[in-house]
Amino acid sequence: MSPGGPGRLERAIAEIDGVARDLGLDGFPVRFEICPADVLYTIGAYGMPTRFQHWSRGKAFWRMKTEYDYNLSRLYELVINSDPCYAFLLEGNSLVQQKLVAAHVYGHSDFFRHNFRFAGTSRFMLETMAASAERIRSYEFRYGKDLVETYLDAALAIEEHIDPYARPDGPAPAARSGGRHAPEDDVPYADLLTLGEPAPEPPPPAPKRLPERPEKDLLRFIAEHARDLDDWQRDLVGIVRGEMLYFWPQVETKLCNEGWATWAHTRIMRRLDLSDAEAVEYAKLHSGILQRGRYRLNPYLLGFKLLEDIERRYGTDHLWEVRETQTDVSLVRNYLTRELVAELDLYLYRKVGDQWQVSATAWEQVRDGIVRSLTNGGHPVIVVEDGDYNRAGELYLRHCFDGWELDATYTERTLPSVYRLWGRPVHLETVVGDKVTVFSHDGERVTRKVRGPAQRRVRA
Amino acid sequence: MAGFAVFHEDWSLYRKGRLDQQRHQEKIKDAIRKNLADIVAEESIILSDGKKVLKVPIRSLEEYRFRYDFRQREHAGQGQGGSKVGDIIARDGAGRGPGQGPGAGEQPGVDYYETEVTLEELEELIFEDLGLPNLRRKKEALLPTDTWRFGDVRRTGLMSNVDKRRTLLEALRRNAMAGRNSFTPLAPEDLRFRTWEEEIRRESQAAVLAMMDTSGSMGSFEKYIARSFFYWMVRFLRTKYQNVQIVFLAHHTEAREVTEQEFFTKGESGGTRCSSVYRLALEIIGQRFPPEDFNIYPFHFSDGDNLSSDNDRCVELIHALLEVSSAAGYGEIVSPHYAHLSSSTLMSVYQKVKDPRFVSVVIRDRSEVYPALRAFFTDRGAAQPGQTA
Repeated sequence: MSPGGPGRLERAIAEIDGVARDLGLDGFPVRFEICPADVLYTIGAYGMPTRFQHWSRGKAFWRMKTEYDYNLSRLYELVINSDPCYAFLLEGNSLVQQKLVAAHVYGHSDFFRHNFRFAGTSRFMLETMAASAERIRSYEFRYGKDLVETYLDAALAIEEHIDPYARPDGPAPAARSGGRHAPEDDVPYADLLTLGEPAPEPPPPAPKRLPERPEKDLLRFIAEHARDLDDWQRDLVGIVRGEMLYFWPQVETKLCNEGWATWAHTRIMRRLDLSDAEAVEYAKLHSGILQRGRYRLNPYLLGFKLLEDIERRYGTDHLWEVRETQTDVSLVRNYLTRELVAELDLYLYRKVGDQWQVSATAWEQVRDGIVRSLTNGGHPVIVVEDGDYNRAGELYLRHCFDGWELDATYTERTLPSVYRLWGRPVHLETVVGDKVTVFSHDGERVTRKVRGPAQRRVRA
Repeated sequence: MAGFAVFHEDWSLYRKGRLDQQRHQEKIKDAIRKNLADIVAEESIILSDGKKVLKVPIRSLEEYRFRYDFRQREHAGQGQGGSKVGDIIARDGAGRGPGQGPGAGEQPGVDYYETEVTLEELEELIFEDLGLPNLRRKKEALLPTDTWRFGDVRRTGLMSNVDKRRTLLEALRRNAMAGRNSFTPLAPEDLRFRTWEEEIRRESQAAVLAMMDTSGSMGSFEKYIARSFFYWMVRFLRTKYQNVQIVFLAHHTEAREVTEQEFFTKGESGGTRCSSVYRLALEIIGQRFPPEDFNIYPFHFSDGDNLSSDNDRCVELIHALLEVSSAAGYGEIVSPHYAHLSSSTLMSVYQKVKDPRFVSVVIRDRSEVYPALRAFFTDRGAAQPGQTA
C-alpha cells in the first residue's frame, strides 16, 4: 500500500478527478486497481486481464518481469479501453508516482472515449475476452491442449493481418479500389460522347474469383473460406481476429494517445498543490518518461512535443480537435515541422555494413520515414490474391511490396502456420532483390521460385 | 465524467502469467529434447567447466510472423542534438545493453533462439533414457545419506503434506459408519499426512578407463568427439554412483597413463597398436580397481588404423577386459573426410564379438555422440541397482 494508506491515495485521486474535469477531460469513469508487480506485468503481457492463455504471453510476461526485477525498465501505467475504464496502479509506488499515473490515466480515458478510431471498439471487451477464454478452455477439454495450441499458434502468427477499415459486415464497397478505373472513365461526361451509338456488348461475365478483389483480412478470409477447418477452429481464428480488431486503434494511435495522456498529466500536475520534495520527484519522473530514444522513437516524447507545438501554433481549441480526429500517421504527416525535427534531432538510420548509420536528417525525408514506419502498424501489407489458386483450392497471398523486403527466414517459417489453417498449399508473392519471388509451402517444405523482374517502384 | 473508484483486491490467485511461463518453459524443454544430438556436442557446454547456467541454442521457439527484414529498412531515432548524415550510432554486437540496440531481439536470419538452462536441467534431459547396462552387485559400504523418501502415512504431519485421497477416504468411511453417504463433514481425525524417512544408501563405486589413440592420425576433431563422449559419460555415471573415478590412458604403439589435460590436448606421432592400451588397462584394474568393489567401464576411441597383425590380440584382451567390466566399448571416429570409406579392419573383428556387454560404434559427426552414448548406456535387461539416484 502506498504511504499514507488508501485514504490518502483516494483523496489525491479525488482532487485529480476534479482538476481533470475542470480541464475538460471527459473520459469514462475510472476504476483504479492497486496490484502487485507480478499482476501488473501479467496484465501488461496479455493486454487484458481476462484474455485467453498462451505460452507466448508467458514468455512476454517473464521478459517484462525480469526487466523490472533488474530495474531495466518500468511499466508506468496500464489502462484498458472499456467503460468503466480500468487502470492498474503498482502497489508500493510513492504517492507522487500514483498521482502522476492517475493523471495520465485521465488522459487515456478521455482519448479512448473521444478519438474517432475508437468509436467502433467494444467497451465490453473485458467480458468478451473472458467469454472467449472460457470457450478456448472448453475446446482444450474436448480436443486436447496441444491441438488447440497448434491452431492458436498458427492464428497468432498472422494476427496482424486484419483489415481494420473494412465495413463491419458484408463485402467491402467497390469504391475501395478507388482510382483504378480505366482512364477514359475519368473524363467528365464521358457517357455523353457515346450517345446515339449502339450500346457496347456487355463483357462476358468473368469467371468468379475468390476473393473478388484482394482481401487484406487474412484471418477473416481463412475463417470464412478454409475448407477443412472445424467450427471450433474457425472460432479460434475469429477470436484472435476480434481481439486484434479491438487492439488495432491503440496500435495506430500510440503517439496521439501517449502524447495526449502526457499532455493531460502535465496540465493536471501543474494545478496540484505539491510540496517541494514532491515537485522534484515529479519532475524526475516526468523527465524519465520523456527520455530520447536513440534507436527507437519514444512515443510519449514525440506525441507530447507534437501536441504542445500544435497548441502553441493553433491554440488549445484546435488541440481538442486533434485528439478527436488524428491517428499517428496523420498526426506526423500533418503536423511534424522542420523546426520540430531540428529541435528534437530526429533522424532516420539504416544498416551499412556492420554498423548503423544516420541516413537522413532532412525534415521531409524524416517525416516521410516515420510515417512509413507507422503505416499499417509497422507491419507489411499482405493480401489474399486468390483463394482457388491452380484451381486446386490453394491460397495465393501477395505482399504489397513498397521497397522494404520481407525477412525471408521468418517468411519461410510463417507459411507453415498459414498452411495449418488453410489446409492446402499456400503461396506468397513478394520481391527479393529486385525479383518477384514466390514462396510456397505444400505441407512438407518451403520452396522459392523467381517469377521475373520486379516493377520499378517510386520509393526505393 | 462519472467519477472514479479505487480497489485494492487480493490478486494472489491471479497466476496466469506464471502458468503460461511454465508452458513456455516446457516448450523450451521439448525443443532441447529434440535437439539433444546437437546440444550434447555443443562446445560451450563441454568447455564450460563449472558454469552453472548455460546458453543453449534452440530452434523453433521464435514466434514467426511476416515481417520486414530490419537490416534493409530505415528506422527512426532521436539524437541529443546536431546529428548528421553518416553518424554512426551503433555497431553490431558492440556492447549494447539488452533491449537497446536497433532491432534488439529481432535479429533476422538467425534461426535459433538462445535460452538459459542449468546444467542440471540439461543432464536430466540427456540422461532421461540412459540406463546402466549389465550391473552386477558389488560389495558396498552402507552409509547414511541426506536423501529421503516419502514412504509412510500418519495421522499427524505438516499441512502441506496432507494426503488428500486418503483423507477423503477416511472421511467417507467415517461418514458411512454414521449412515451418511457423503464426504462431509470432514473431521480433524480424518486427516492423513504423508511422511518421509531418511534413507540409507549404499556407497557404490565406478571406474572409467578412458582410452584413446593419440597416434598421428588422430586430429582435433577426433579428440573433440572423444572429449564430449567422456564428459557426458562421467557426468552420467556420477548420477548413478557416489564415487566415480576416471583414469586417462593414451597410446600409440605403447600405452601410458596421462593427465586429463594431456589426454585431450597432446598429440603424438607414430603407428597404432591398440593391444598395448588394453594390457595397461588390465594392469591398472588389477592394481587399483578390484572388480569386486568397482563397476568398471573401459571405453576406447580410435580411428581404427591399427596394425592388422595386432587385431587378434586385441580381441583376446577385450574378452579379458569384459571378464572384469560392467560394460566395455569401442568407438571408431571417422572424420568427415573419410566418411565414405568402409570401417576399419579392427572394427570388423570387433563386430564379431558377441558379448552383450561390448558395444562398438562408429561416429562420423558431432551429432552422433548422443546416439553413441545411448548405444552404450542402454539398459539391456539387467536388473537395476538398489542405489538409483
